[in-house]
Formats: sequence, structure tokens, C-alpha cells
Amino acid sequence: MRDVAVIGIGIQKWGELWERSLRDLWVEAALNAINDAGVDHIDSMYVGCMSGGLFVGQEHLSSLLADYLGVCPVPATRVESACASGGMALRSGFIEVASGLSDIVLVSGVEKMTDVDGGGATYALATAADAEYEVYQGATFPGLYAMVARDYMHRYGLTREQLAQVAVKNHDNGVLNPHAQFPMKMSLETVMNSTMIADPLRLMDCSPITDGAAAAILCPLEMARDLSKNPPIKVSGMGAATDRIALHDRPDFCEFRATVKAAEAAYKMAGVGPDEIDFAEVHDCFTIAELCVIEALGFFARGTAGQATAAGETARDGKKPINTSGGLKSKGHPVGATGIGQIHELVTQLRGTAGERQVAGVKRGLAQNMGGSGGSTVCHILEVV
Amino acid sequence: MAFIPSYWRETPQRYRYEGNKCIKCECKHDSKCDCETGQVFFPPRRTCCPWCDCTLEPCTIATTGKLLTYTIIVVPPTQFGDEAPYALGICEMDDGARLTAQIVDVPLDKLEIGMPVRIEFRKIQQDGHAGILMYGYKVVPNS
Repeated sequence: MRDVAVIGIGIQKWGELWERSLRDLWVEAALNAINDAGVDHIDSMYVGCMSGGLFVGQEHLSSLLADYLGVCPVPATRVESACASGGMALRSGFIEVASGLSDIVLVSGVEKMTDVDGGGATYALATAADAEYEVYQGATFPGLYAMVARDYMHRYGLTREQLAQVAVKNHDNGVLNPHAQFPMKMSLETVMNSTMIADPLRLMDCSPITDGAAAAILCPLEMARDLSKNPPIKVSGMGAATDRIALHDRPDFCEFRATVKAAEAAYKMAGVGPDEIDFAEVHDCFTIAELCVIEALGFFARGTAGQATAAGETARDGKKPINTSGGLKSKGHPVGATGIGQIHELVTQLRGTAGERQVAGVKRGLAQNMGGSGGSTVCHILEVV
Repeated sequence: MAFIPSYWRETPQRYRYEGNKCIKCECKHDSKCDCETGQVFFPPRRTCCPWCDCTLEPCTIATTGKLLTYTIIVVPPTQFGDEAPYALGICEMDDGARLTAQIVDVPLDKLEIGMPVRIEFRKIQQDGHAGILMYGYKVVPNS
């Protein structure tokens, strides 16, 4: 297996982009990544997208996007794993480069979520849960994570304040990210007094509905310095795993087993442990998710992530900075693009070009991208070489 | 959006709470999967895992159990618009079957993790003003 490097990244400012179409957003991000890398061709491409069909009535993104980027007849594949679609697209591109099948591969993600109204978006997102045995009964995604939060509070004494600190911290980071959808500070009071969505989760515990795309260029590490002037960032670890789709079928609602397994595989490939990860981008689709994830990744012991967050340990200047981009909460969550958006942040930090939100001296970062209520997860470890 | 064939297909589970049960687990996949004799599947499954010679028999799941966790849905999906706020929970029935269901006939401030519940047959949703009525299980306090 060949070592794989990221040599280019592209994104735009995410948000409610009424005047922009799915193809327009994606092509912009892809062009930005190609220009950033400086490559003169691509051999193959992958697109992560959760539901072009339900959000904009468009499937067959492989043809559409290769066409509008102007790269036909390059082979293109659309990858779907709900909100983990982007990370899974990176995994697919990684495998293609590592195997020797292709040298230069574009990996990307996109979601255009605001053409439908709130009810339409809720319906489309809910298809990531068990349609017949969760959604039929009246479950929503905030509702599923709210049940995780209730269980966590009951078992570990997590307070409403500690939960809110996740959103406050991520907005503190997002305010410094020029690509963030909601780059504004959020006080503890604002989070705790925001509209109730699914008790105990409030509006400011939830990531937003977002339009956006992101892309990255992969190549074999040994060719990276010839192909691009950018410092190569090595993809040193990768792991993916699944879990039961219905939350009720998991023995422990607070243990994200797919994340545990995906991280184990990524750590093993990279030959490192959680203590050797300098910073991480994790899937904070809801505040409670960030707490369960950073425990599943081995950064904090079970039941302690809330206290650690309140104590500032996951802040930019803490011992384990989490979601320096602002996370899904502040940066936005265009579901299919999120996994590649995380890679954009890791590469930016590892290049040392994150400006005001730069974490000093980081050499190795982890991205964790999760589908549904935790039914699929993919982790990547990136490092400076 | 209601799909009539799938609604019809799921009636054994929604009306009669039919699952299946592994009465003799002969899994040759030591330690890699979590299947075991006595496990109840709801809805029924074709297999515990691909390496099992398990004997699965149809069963009706227990209709009493306890509440493991819950939420109060304040912002509902469109088809539940008239019902919010409503309580939704995960229940473990006495035979180990797990299900997600609405919790009804209880004040929202009286919900408690661990409370005993039992299944009742209720109307779940309606496909618009002219569409079919859809039924199934909800849970109520069992005291």
C-alpha cells in the first residue's frame, strides 16, 4: 500500500446560499482545491452527498459534477453514508491512491439543503434513522440525540451548563473562521435560553441547515513534492466502522461504538494513540454528540467530557483542542460536505495557515465524521511529514 | 409521505408486535458477534449473523417493560404537527426486546427513567387530510 498525502484543499463560505446551486457550490470548491494543489489533471473523483434526491431532486452526481467541472471522461463515484458521506468519500479516494490504481484523486462533499423548507429538510435528514421503527413513531434527529443526552445526564450527572459549554466553545472558534456560517460568539445564557427543540436539547445545541461544499486533492506521498508546492500532509491513519442503525438497538446509548472501532483502526494504522493527537475535528451535530465522541476517541474517560469541556480542556488553548474550525455548530453542517470540511481545517492547521485560530505547533490531527445517530463513522489521522 | 405497500407489510409488527427469537444459538463465529440464545428480535430478522445456524422462531414480544430514556419532542416532523409537544422514549420490554415509541397518558413532567410501561395499540399518524390512518404501538405507564 502506498502512503497518501493531501496536497490541495478547497471550500467556500458556508451558509444559506439562496443564489447558489448544488453544482455551482461543488464546482467552486473543486476548482479551489485543484488550484491550491496546482495539479494539471485528476485521474478520478469521489463525491460525498447524503441526499441530492431529497434536497434538490438530483441524483447521478457523478456525471453531473464531472460534466460541470469539465473533466469528463474521468471516472466519478458518489458515496453515501448519511452525514458521514464526505469522510467516506475521502476513504474511497485514499484506497484508490494507496492501491496504486490512480495517482491524483479529487475527494469532495456537497449538500444543498435550503431549496426545501424546514419540514422537507427534517424529512430528508430523518431518512438517516430507521424509517420504519424510529421515524414512523415520531422520532427526529434532535429527539434521538436528546435521548442520548437524557441518558448521559442521568448516569453521569452532566449538567445543562456543561452541555451548553460545547456550543459556546465552538462558536468562540468559529468566530475566527472566514468560512463559518455563524461566526458569532454565543453566550452560555443564549444557549441555555434558546428555543426548546427536543428536551433537553435546545436550538443552540443543534447544528444548522447549511449549503456548502468542500474538496481535497490526494496523491501518493512520494509524488507530493513534485506535483505541488504545498507542504504534503500525510494521511497516516484511516478507519471506518458501523453500528446498529436504530439507537434503541445499542446496548449503551452513550457509547458510540462505531467511533470507538473506527478510531482504533485509525490509531493502529498511524501507529499512535489518543495522547499523540494534537487536535481534532469531531462530529458535533449536537452538543451531546461532541461529548460522547471525544470519549469514544479515547481523549477523555467515560462520563468526564462535560467537566473537561467546562474546564476549558477542549478550547483552542486547552490540552486537547476540539473543533478549532467552529465545528458543525458554528461552521455549519452541509451534511455530505462536512467530512471534507473537517479535512480542510486539519490541513489548514497543519500547514500553519489558520491565522488567528491557529493552534501553535500542531503536527498531528484527527477528523471524526459520523452518520445518523452513530450508525456509521469514519476517522482519519493527518500529519505533517 | 406514506407508502401504502410498506404500511401493509409492517402490520404484523405494528398491530400484533410480532418479532422472532433465537431459541438455539449455534454461531460458529466465536466472539466476533453478540448473538446469543434467547435473544428477541423486533422487527424479526432473517439471521443473527451470516455464520449462524441459529434456530429463529416467530414470537410476540412482551408488552410490558420499562423506560430507558426519553425526550419531549417540541419541534415535530410535519406529520406529527398537531401532537407536539409529545414524549418519545426507548423501552426495554420484559423479554429484552427494545423499541422506540411515544409515551402517552402521562403528564410530561411525570416521566421518569425506569418507569414501568406497557404497549397499547393506538393511532400513530395520518397521511394528510385525505390519506390513510396509520396505527401501531405507543406505551403508557403500567402501574
